[in-house]
Amino acid sequence: MPTINETVSEEIRAQARKLLEDGTVAAVIGYGSGSLPMTVKPLVVRSPEDCRKLIWNTFCVLNLANYLPATLKSVEPPRGPRDPKPEGPLPKVAICATGCWSRSIVVQIQEHQVARDRVVVLGVGSRGMVSRRKVEALFGGREILAVEEGDHDLIIQGADFSETINRWDVVRDNCQTCTHPDPVLVDVRIGEPVSERKNPNPFIQVDALEQKSGDGRWAWFTEEFATCIRCYACRNACPLCYCPTCFVDDAKPQWVGKSLDAVDTGLFHILRAYHCAGRCTDCGTCETVCPKGINMRMLTKKLNKDVLNLYGIEAGMQPDAPLPLTTYAMDDPQQFMANEPGSGKEGK
Amino acid sequence: MKVFKVSSVELDAMMQEWSKVHRVYAPVLAKQPATSSDCAPGWRRVDGGSALTLSTGPTPASVKSFFFPQPETLLTYTLENNHPDKGLMREPAKSKKMQVVVGVRPCDARSVLLNNLPYQEDPFFQANRQRTALVGFTCEQTLSTCFCSQMGGSPFGSEGLDLAFSRTQDGFIVEVGTAKGEVLMAGLDLAPAEESEISALASRRSTGGKADATELDTLKGSELGRLYDAPMWKSLGESCINCGACTFICPTCYCFDIQDEVVRGQGRRIRYWDSCMFPLYSLHTSGHNPRGQKVQRTRNRFLHKLKYFPDRFGPFSCVGCGRCVQDCPVNIDIREVMSDLLAVE
Ligand code: SF4
Ligand code: SF4
Ligand code: SF4
Ligand code: SF4
Ligand code: SF4
Repeated sequence: MPTINETVSEEIRAQARKLLEDGTVAAVIGYGSGSLPMTVKPLVVRSPEDCRKLIWNTFCVLNLANYLPATLKSVEPPRGPRDPKPEGPLPKVAICATGCWSRSIVVQIQEHQVARDRVVVLGVGSRGMVSRRKVEALFGGREILAVEEGDHDLIIQGADFSETINRWDVVRDNCQTCTHPDPVLVDVRIGEPVSERKNPNPFIQVDALEQKSGDGRWAWFTEEFATCIRCYACRNACPLCYCPTCFVDDAKPQWVGKSLDAVDTGLFHILRAYHCAGRCTDCGTCETVCPKGINMRMLTKKLNKDVLNLYGIEAGMQPDAPLPLTTYAMDDPQQFMANEPGSGKEGK
Repeated sequence: MKVFKVSSVELDAMMQEWSKVHRVYAPVLAKQPATSSDCAPGWRRVDGGSALTLSTGPTPASVKSFFFPQPETLLTYTLENNHPDKGLMREPAKSKKMQVVVGVRPCDARSVLLNNLPYQEDPFFQANRQRTALVGFTCEQTLSTCFCSQMGGSPFGSEGLDLAFSRTQDGFIVEVGTAKGEVLMAGLDLAPAEESEISALASRRSTGGKADATELDTLKGSELGRLYDAPMWKSLGESCINCGACTFICPTCYCFDIQDEVVRGQGRRIRYWDSCMFPLYSLHTSGHNPRGQKVQRTRNRFLHKLKYFPDRFGPFSCVGCGRCVQDCPVNIDIREVMSDLLAVE
């Protein structure tokens, strides 16, 4: 019996091939296999023959929406910066998307980075993706040479060992607290839909931090970000960070210092998180790609919680809904107003 | 060359002895702050009874920051109006203490020699080099991502090390490679290694871990234009997210930028790590960016290591430590890039 992900891979290959063959799309964004165990390569496929390279497994941890705007641009006929848009519809791009990635695509549509009618979403219900770091931690320094994936187990092999572990135990933290694993946007359904997850508290990790004292939170913040090397993988892997020039790269004026000063590093992380407020879908990519294992996702998750509590909105659930932070309602909470009781004092 | 016999207990004692006069550092295997008072990221100061533990493969952080600190203060100055020094650039006082880095792998030791080629006349790199001694351990075990031999190094190499330790049945033998190594060994009462142990190491060197870059060396004869225009870059550049992860964790990436930072009237001119993956790296004052596209930046990193650097200096600018192979978020594997380049017609 093929595993669930083997069936999904087969369907992705078949659908991608069909869409490319009949000319519906000019490119398909998916995953190819990686050179190390538990790694995958993001892949843009442009010919039906190359579709055999597409795979799907439990290690697809990067949000593919990150590649969507550039891939859409790449399939347009070349034109100069001032040339008018060509007549007629532009070529389409298909993209594999889970719950959180599809919500990122919705945000891209809301923010006019992506045109809805140029995207074909190959919707895959997510069963949660596995964290390579969590698996490696279980094997404390023993090198893992191969991993075989079953529906509920992983068989981990090294030079002198072979052990079976439970898959869900090593699923990423963001996936474990995810409530919308099924894509919100589906043009072509891949595999079976998965149901909403009843998660008693999706913000459990943030709550644990919030319960600390001010000093405790500060200690967490300083310690967590102390190992940051400012490589910006967290920023570059996120589909929300599409500014042509990021504030940290600006040189005139320069907003943030360039070396490893804790103040500069902290500023980068706080600002990055705030720029994602009301837009982040907790896909966990930022946390996954960090070479230092820093949990910067707690900042965006906290803002997700605030936006939900203040405005009742979760990012990317509906393409035609307004963005929470670019709209207002008369009854929006405004604790910051000076004439409101308890103003300026959080939590009063 | 002098070769001695050392037991694990004696090694601990040696580190203790050194730490009385020098600053001694050892790798940290777990998560550790990137900047602590006087320490390079990923390393810890040894001045207590902590024994050395090494993992298989390269140390989590490379030795680069001992020679090329992130950041290095080049000059200091004050902007205070009535200060007699106003407007004068001063060189900061530098510690003259020797720093002894223990636990270095052969690949990282070689990286210092490679970086030394472009930094031959760089006073800051040279000063750091002068006061740093590398105490290394050859690799009786390698990781599947290690490819030092292919790059012209060896798991058993001692090149660039002041002291090179290799495991034996009951401890280590240590080769004293340089004058700095002699200084570290002075006053220690150690037995010379036995002939059999020395020849055992020599035979391991000539069998298992022989440097062999002959395959890759053919790149040196390839025409640059062909490699530059190869179709392989398109898909590579498409998947690369242009972060600086690979360049910052790499021991042989050595690019920097210089800036002035002023806080409350006190200024310092720093040199800090830069990455050719960042758009700002190649941005001209005019606003023009000769490497304005992602694919151009990705191509630069690999062609710099595998073509521009060897054309200019001889060896490749990669020691095969495999760190970038392990940590690239999109699994861009330099070994695959090399074989793709070798296949370019
Ligand atoms: S901030 Fe992190 S979790 Fe949120 S959308 Fe971006 S990559 Fe995903
Ligand atoms: S990916 Fe990690 S190390 Fe790199 S900038 Fe982000 S938090 Fe820092
Ligand atoms: S690359 Fe070679 S020298 Fe470096 S850790 Fe691996 S085996 Fe040792
Ligand atoms: S090769 Fe990998 S690590 Fe390097 S910039 Fe590209 S994505 Fe980042
Ligand atoms: S390019 Fe990669 S393998 Fe080569 S020295 Fe740098 S980090 Fe190590």
